[in-house]
Amino acid sequence: MGFNFSKNEFNQLLESLDQEYQIYAPVRKKNKDSFSANDLITYDLVKSLEEMELTAKSKYSAKEIVFPIRETLFHFVEGEQFMASDTENKYIIFLRPCDRNAFKRLDKIFLENGPEEDIYYKRLREKVKFFVIECTAGFDSCFCVSMDSNTVESRDYSAFLRFEEDGVSCEVNDQDLAAEFEAQAEEIDFEPEFIRKNKIEVNLPDRDKLTNEVFEHQLWTEYSQRCIACGRCNTSCPTCSCFTVKDVLYDENKKSGERFRRWAGCHIDGFTEMAGGHNFREEYGDRMRYKTMHKIYDFGERFDFDMCVGCGRCDDVCPEYISFSKCINKLSTIIEEGV
Amino acid sequence: MALTAEKSLKNPYLSQKAEILEIFQETEIEYTFRLESDFELNFGQFLEVSIPGYGEAPISVSNFTDQWLELTIRKVGKLTDKIHDLETGDFLYLRGPYGNGFDFENYRGKNLIIAAGGTGLAPVRSLIEYANNNLDQLSDFEVLAGFKDAGSLLFERDIKRWRQNFDVLLTVDKTCDIWGECVGLITEHIAELHLEDISNTEVIVVGPPPMMKYSIIEFQKLGVPDNQIWVSYERKMHCGLGKCGHCKIEDNYVCIDGPVYNYADVKEIRD
Repeated sequence: MGFNFSKNEFNQLLESLDQEYQIYAPVRKKNKDSFSANDLITYDLVKSLEEMELTAKSKYSAKEIVFPIRETLFHFVEGEQFMASDTENKYIIFLRPCDRNAFKRLDKIFLENGPEEDIYYKRLREKVKFFVIECTAGFDSCFCVSMDSNTVESRDYSAFLRFEEDGVSCEVNDQDLAAEFEAQAEEIDFEPEFIRKNKIEVNLPDRDKLTNEVFEHQLWTEYSQRCIACGRCNTSCPTCSCFTVKDVLYDENKKSGERFRRWAGCHIDGFTEMAGGHNFREEYGDRMRYKTMHKIYDFGERFDFDMCVGCGRCDDVCPEYISFSKCINKLSTIIEEGV
Repeated sequence: MALTAEKSLKNPYLSQKAEILEIFQETEIEYTFRLESDFELNFGQFLEVSIPGYGEAPISVSNFTDQWLELTIRKVGKLTDKIHDLETGDFLYLRGPYGNGFDFENYRGKNLIIAAGGTGLAPVRSLIEYANNNLDQLSDFEVLAGFKDAGSLLFERDIKRWRQNFDVLLTVDKTCDIWGECVGLITEHIAELHLEDISNTEVIVVGPPPMMKYSIIEFQKLGVPDNQIWVSYERKMHCGLGKCGHCKIEDNYVCIDGPVYNYADVKEIRD
């Protein structure tokens, strides 16, 4: 079902949805980025169209709403464990097709990889409805078309929205929400549009041509000299799903505390460190190689699509101007032309 | 703070309490803890072991029966320091078992050689015990165990008992020796093995990464094909559930796909 809203009508819809849902969308925070006089585009709660930043890419994705940066797993008192209580909130997340597709990757790891579902991810994920923001122009560092994540199937969203000068047109295919949309707007025919060409294209290397020599290639040594292992590419990535579990004991009562998890990244020191201090990837270039292979090979070997969605955030945040899309293309050239 | 006990919900991150029944000193820094257990275990699997407040770590089950299991734990950090303060009657917190473990069917009726370096003996100890009790299910059985020095020798009481039934070759890297026996790297002793029926031989190699690498090379030189070599990889198996990512090597999650692999399947993979 398609609908057309004036801005005012759309705000009324948001007001109505706000009764039941926490609505997350990209927002612009003036002068709040890491460096002075730079705006931070990030996810936050919104109640109106005017609060949303729909013309810029968010620095971080919406991942943190479903996979929080720090999440308590359970509390303990002496030996007794009490699972952290669940939220009663329900969420609507406004996001672009690449980011919606990133959740498909997270779903694979948290819900399908291994023998059991991740209960913490699952119980938040089930509370989310996705409102996909139509994105036909992309941004400078995007390469979603090459990663086949520029489009979204209608079963993967509750609503698909086109934001225009004078209003919002959209498609709704969620029975829970149809009535609220109908109440606010006129019905129209709506056909979602997707970006079909990015400024950047990557050539994915042929899986079968990957040789041992590629792992040893000088390409990775160069990254050893540039990467500073800050992990920004990991934290900004909408598909990075790794985490570390830690315990804390409360100062007031050392017999009680909590076990929590927090984001971890394969570029960051200690990621592979075992008891006794052995690390498997000391060289930063090896970490770049590992991440690259994971994003464009290894994940795809286990599931039926690659992990990287081509959002380009890792390029946007790298303090050393390392470009992941350039890395993929260099790797491709090396593999095609022979090592 | 609202505490809600939701234990009925399936939560693989919650662990269960297990009483320490006995503690055996192995070395100055390694002790074996025998714990009450109703886990259904396979040889070479591991558990996530914790004391709430001090963290959690993957530890191989170093032996088990229907009533108890053993964990051989080296004192190397915050959690294991705390574990070493525990006494009989205290509790550890366990979840698992995780990993595939060794399938005895791969070795039944064969000549089985196990080469273990240092604490690598722990994950194969339950398999060795089974073999010791069922020698008729193997054509031949031999264990090569390498240690850094006499002070790091593990399972001394077991080795003496095993030796009544099959060959256990002990090697020591450093000058001091164990019981007046051979000294030198385990790899040198692999080279001296006389394998009579290679097509009916299976080899298990477990230990620190360099020991495994060079031991495998020696077995290959003897003519053992890669698909008759089995390895158990130690990585940072942090969640045990295939989620946290720390133990991944290429497309393998060691915690769920391993830690036991046929070498032919993993010889090309890179950390």
